[in-house]
Amino acid sequence: MRYLPLNPSDRAEMQNVIGIDSIDDLFADVPKEALNPVFDLPNHQSEMAVERALGEMAQKNVSGGQGPFFVGAGAYRHHVPAVVDHIIQRSEFLTSYTPYQPEIAQGTLQYLFEFQTQVAALTGMDVANASMYDGSTACAEAALMARRVTRKNRVVISGGLHPHYASVTRCNSELIGDEVVLTPANIKGDEDLIAMIDDQTSCVIVQNPDVFGHIRDLTPIAEAAHEKGALLIAVFTEAVCLGALQSPGAMGADIVVGEGQSIGNSLNFGGPYVGLFATRQKFIRHMPGRLCGQTKDAEGKRGFVLTLSTREQHIRRDKATSNICTNSGLCALAFTIHMSLLGEKGLRTMAALSHEAACDAADALSALPGVELLNDNFFNEFTLRLPNNAEQVVEDLAGKGVLGGVPGGRLWPEQDDLHNLLLVAATEMTRTEHIRKFVTALREVL
Amino acid sequence: MSMNPQGRPTAPIETDPVKNGPTHTGNKALQIEEKLIFEIGDFHGTGVDFAQPKGLSPRLGGLARKDAIGLPGLSEPQAMRHYVRLSQKNYAIDMGPFPLGSCTMKHNPRLNEKMARLAGFADIHPLQPVSTVQGALELIDILAMWLKEITGMPAVAMSPKAGAHGELCGMMAIKAALKARGEADARRRVLAPESSHGTNPATAAQCGFTVDDIPADKTGRVDIKAFKAMLGPDVAAIMVTNPNTGGLFERDIKEMADLVHEAGGYFYCDGANLNAIMGKVKPGDLGIDAMHINLHKTFSTPHGGGGPGAGPTVLSEALAAYAPVPYVVARGKEFELVEKRSQGAETSFGRMTAFHGQMGMFVRALSFMMSHGIDGLKQAAEDAVLNANYVLARLQAEMSPAFPGFCMHEALFDDAFLKGTGVETIDFAKAMIDEGYHPMTMYFPLIVHGAMLIEPTESESKEELDQFCDALLALAREAKAGKADKFKAAPVLAPRRRLDETAAARKPVLRWMPPAQ
Repeated sequence: MRYLPLNPSDRAEMQNVIGIDSIDDLFADVPKEALNPVFDLPNHQSEMAVERALGEMAQKNVSGGQGPFFVGAGAYRHHVPAVVDHIIQRSEFLTSYTPYQPEIAQGTLQYLFEFQTQVAALTGMDVANASMYDGSTACAEAALMARRVTRKNRVVISGGLHPHYASVTRCNSELIGDEVVLTPANIKGDEDLIAMIDDQTSCVIVQNPDVFGHIRDLTPIAEAAHEKGALLIAVFTEAVCLGALQSPGAMGADIVVGEGQSIGNSLNFGGPYVGLFATRQKFIRHMPGRLCGQTKDAEGKRGFVLTLSTREQHIRRDKATSNICTNSGLCALAFTIHMSLLGEKGLRTMAALSHEAACDAADALSALPGVELLNDNFFNEFTLRLPNNAEQVVEDLAGKGVLGGVPGGRLWPEQDDLHNLLLVAATEMTRTEHIRKFVTALREVL
Repeated sequence: MSMNPQGRPTAPIETDPVKNGPTHTGNKALQIEEKLIFEIGDFHGTGVDFAQPKGLSPRLGGLARKDAIGLPGLSEPQAMRHYVRLSQKNYAIDMGPFPLGSCTMKHNPRLNEKMARLAGFADIHPLQPVSTVQGALELIDILAMWLKEITGMPAVAMSPKAGAHGELCGMMAIKAALKARGEADARRRVLAPESSHGTNPATAAQCGFTVDDIPADKTGRVDIKAFKAMLGPDVAAIMVTNPNTGGLFERDIKEMADLVHEAGGYFYCDGANLNAIMGKVKPGDLGIDAMHINLHKTFSTPHGGGGPGAGPTVLSEALAAYAPVPYVVARGKEFELVEKRSQGAETSFGRMTAFHGQMGMFVRALSFMMSHGIDGLKQAAEDAVLNANYVLARLQAEMSPAFPGFCMHEALFDDAFLKGTGVETIDFAKAMIDEGYHPMTMYFPLIVHGAMLIEPTESESKEELDQFCDALLALAREAKAGKADKFKAAPVLAPRRRLDETAAARKPVLRWMPPAQ
């Protein structure tokens, strides 16, 4: 077996040193009847054979690069420079552990410090943590944090929040007895959230741009929330929007969470991704997740360590701010490298190109008879109302080699009135001829 | 052969590096000091070339960004050098033994990385039409089959994103099952051994349970008498790691399962240590109801400096109906993705994450499993246990095992051997760094004074283990010989000396700030 260095004579010699006759002497505590059962699984295979089997499975999928691609709703297909994937595969990053021994983990710690700085700057917040599993779990953790900060237990969720984020958040908050107020899907982006905030509200959760693509000013919601002692949690699913839009921090958000996948990370069929989590300085001791901080070593040299770990489960056990043990280290590294290359200038350009591609696509598609654009404004994703069920349309489009977006029925299966909606996303990768092909295909299938 | 300009081979000259003092640059040959990107990058530059935007008038609802972001852009060579230099300040499995107990730092095969990067896996969107991702669903289904067969369990929830997330999944399923029985309010207590991972009580608390510690007996296992006395009609579940965090198999596990079931509670098994028993024991045969599997430990997906992990969670018949959406169902040769309750998921407790779980980790884990086969997995478990016992046997000469007898995949020592030396566990660990090793897990589990938990895994050769043991034995002898000063000063050869963690926590500096004008 190519991954196991011990050979039979090593094993025999080691058994001698230990003083056993058979390896199963070491398993003596296992109930006899449970030891060495029969498994219905194949034996080992060569690298070539495994490569072949997995390659065949991969080939059964239609990948984003094969044709026109307009799928978004929480994950986006952006270009990732070659440097990113090269660096994250360096052994020292790939095969290291959580930096519990900072003297020999400064590489990880320094990039986490850079990551935290980038995320704080992008979101317009004071501080960010070292990442969460993904945007949806970051959102759920933010609601739990708001409960700790405000000592209130009513969570108000906007109807513009990605329904999967809403489900994850509800699942977590209801578990500890919070009341979760889920507003119905709001296709126009005009719900009256302010009216829903009361004295018991711990937080109001608003996605911007919302899941339908509408952009709104969060300032009045922030003010109303603060007046009642609640926090505003601002959510984004497309990190690139931060290069084009007013930052959530500038609009008064108290906690900003979002999905960082679109910077540095591939689609990966939904994971691994990287959750971004930022907040105000005054709340740092309530934050979930790991934090990297700057300090000095015994010679006075600058160095970095994991800090404020008294919030965390390995110290505080049942009193911890969260049960979270890992972050999304390597995905955060990918984000940081890509962001280090982009800089503000590159990110703004990438955002502008994505926005323009979406503008072109929105105009071209909504010119088709029976197709209505729901948005007055949007960043790189918008919603169309089609004359018929969008799920079937998307299936038909796929038959013509076009991955044409996310149908309403996929996101809101129980809400029939949304089943004609189609969410369409574009990025700097979207080509003019792809928009043309999409338009042609859509005309044919409608 | 490399020659000097005079055409003669270079030869070492005796000097005293200490007397010569530090270098002018602060660099030490291959260890190069590196500033932050904010100190080297151009705030007006970028390292990515794009086409010029057309300059369309934006449709951003008047909410275009007004303020600057303030982030530098590095050219490609600058970025490359920056991150390569940083990487060289990290210890990694690929460099040497990484014997962190409870973490299973095994070799990460590169075939796995290659497979995860196939466009058919890496470049597919979670919300593409199901008809365009049949191969991905097939892979998830096959991996699920492996996980179920290895654990002997009937169901598995694939979406949890990490071990702690898997624990949450299992406990959420238990909560849902109790609710369905109308007992959610009556059963609010969870019992966990005092030696448990911190995530166990934290997870239970996150589910609204209170947590009581089960004491350990003299052999480091659950005190079964005390456990019996704690059971009652208010107990929702027990959370027990097996093999436990002391590297010992819980002999009475079946009795514990029977007892908790008789008392009307569920058995959550923390699967962090599955590496010791995969292919040797099916946890399902021991009576458990739920267990997360750390793909990043047992099945070699890279730890990546702290994630991403993956924590699929196997469930018993009693809990399977409450599993989170989405999940994959095979219908003949077609694969269906169950995302909504009306597809037969009426009793599901809900959703744990936006999409289907850590697909990138699923590919890597399956690649690892198929490569090993069940024969290889069994051999790997046996080698992991053999390696740990070899280390235990050799280190007994100078160090003090926490408990008598053999261990499973990790060997636990206490600090009794350091008594009176002035050297503490942390000092001993830091001295290992100078010897070229990543320290073992320190001060965990909490039930052992000054704990040192060594998990070599199956990836270490005998030769590597011998060197490792020789180094530790030499350090132990040195500690006993009164060289405490050396240990207190360690490490002296790493990229940094000991860092001031107290100062870091007292006045947290969590981001770079531009220097005041």
